[in-house]
Amino acid sequence: MTAPAAASVRDAGVPEVAFVEIDTLWFQAGGTLCNLACAHCFISCSPTNHTHEMMSLAQVLGFLDEAERLGVRDYGVTGGEPFLNVEIFEILEAILARGPLLVLTNGMPITRASAERLARLAAASEYSLDVRISLESTDEAANDAVRGAGCYRKALDGVAHLAAVGIEPGIAVTRLDDGSTNAEIVASFGALLRERGVSRPRIKVFEPFRIGAEAARARGYDSAERVTADMMAGFDPRGLQCSTSRMATERGVWVCPILVNEERGRMGATLAETLRSFPLYSGACWTCHRFGVSCRA
Amino acid sequence: MDERAFDRVALFGGIYSNHVALREAIRAARARGAQAIYFLGDAGGFGPHPDRAVEILAGEGIPGVAGNYDLAVVRGDAECGCGYTDPRDNHYAQVSYDYTLRRTGAAARAHLATLAPAIRIRVGDRRALLCHGSPRRVNEFLWESTTPRAFIDKLLADAEADVIACTHTGIHWRRALDDGRQIVNVGALGRPANDGRTEVWFALLEAPAAGDRGPTVEFVPVAYDYKTLAREMAEESLPPEFIETILTGWWTTCLEILPPKERARGKF
Repeated sequence: MTAPAAASVRDAGVPEVAFVEIDTLWFQAGGTLCNLACAHCFISCSPTNHTHEMMSLAQVLGFLDEAERLGVRDYGVTGGEPFLNVEIFEILEAILARGPLLVLTNGMPITRASAERLARLAAASEYSLDVRISLESTDEAANDAVRGAGCYRKALDGVAHLAAVGIEPGIAVTRLDDGSTNAEIVASFGALLRERGVSRPRIKVFEPFRIGAEAARARGYDSAERVTADMMAGFDPRGLQCSTSRMATERGVWVCPILVNEERGRMGATLAETLRSFPLYSGACWTCHRFGVSCRA
Repeated sequence: MDERAFDRVALFGGIYSNHVALREAIRAARARGAQAIYFLGDAGGFGPHPDRAVEILAGEGIPGVAGNYDLAVVRGDAECGCGYTDPRDNHYAQVSYDYTLRRTGAAARAHLATLAPAIRIRVGDRRALLCHGSPRRVNEFLWESTTPRAFIDKLLADAEADVIACTHTGIHWRRALDDGRQIVNVGALGRPANDGRTEVWFALLEAPAAGDRGPTVEFVPVAYDYKTLAREMAEESLPPEFIETILTGWWTTCLEILPPKERARGKF
């Protein structure tokens, strides 16, 4: 058995988050491979980032068996772009047989046919399927400047296809540096989504994680942007998703969906090896602490 | 810890100050032969005159567990601790909580302070744990479409129970494992179940008959004078959105917390 990588990063002075229990299991089903190379991607996903290859159905099933033994409450699927995985529908079906599922996508691969297939999977399960599509701005040029040419229209086509089959996707928006308030972002996306057939718009605004491509696009973390022992004193560890979730990849289990492109984020080969505390070494940990980030909620 | 045993017991979920429905539910439970009634927390919120429901619970000697609302009111917290994550949900939750906190008197607070963190009873020979949100967190939302079997198995094992009864979500449901152990969300008396009906719901648990794997559960609809409640809410200047829910059976607020399946069943 491989020694957990995180054992090597118990740096002096780096506070740890206690492990509480595993409620949420993520799958890096799309690996770090994506049809896009967004300028703000904290995992630096791209068509050529092979840090994590796509997961196979067999790998997902293995983790699902372990997750059920541990009593996992809910599941998430992300990447990279998970809908580039040739087994993605089989993977989603397998997960939905076990519990509720949130799928994160850039929306571009969602055709009417794939939306209908998703709707059939959702209807066949006793558990909820939620889909969240990433967009950055209701201004096409501003959005595509970050995400890539043509992304805005294709993503909104994906939104409309899902809405047409009764799956109302949520939207994930990363706060860029344009001065907009969260309320303004939510209002502008709400109007846009209604135009595309979404009757109940749900918009989740994320602070940027200043790692990966985003560190080059805007800035990285400064030295003060770190979790300190004082910040963790009296802090409920449940306020950090790493106390209750893990990320399964084709190369083992990482602490969370954010640090999946960093070797220091790897905690073990199986879920059982990762049910322990984790050193909050990254500026991204500071963002989670400061803003209460949860990829799930 | 209460370890009383019953063949038939009525479990009431969140009352949310709906004293009109509470009186009717007590009548209904007794008419159905319930040997006892337990209350699973959240006496106040949403509805009018929060003291009235507490006076009924105290006067009838109905034991209960503390919900997040009860804990918050007793402590005088600034917010209800409901566990919502969306600003739209939190907005209406705050309107409701501010009113409830302001209008809950000393006697009612003293009674709410006596509510237990959890209660253990037996239904027949089966161990039942009564809690508000979940056995592990007072404000955990256990919805039907997001509470899978493996997770239920873990909760039951950790709680050393054959049945977990909870509320907090406001929508009743039940999921049983193959061996008969189960979780029962008893729903709420405070507002309708987002089903277009004006009735509210409680759960009646009955000891397993010979050959049954677990207790049987019946969800009982309670028809009550909802127009009187709506009138009182208007007189108290509670939001028209709340009153609309009472009059129509459709939730109009605190909708963002709903999982996709539950949300799709509602009107809004």
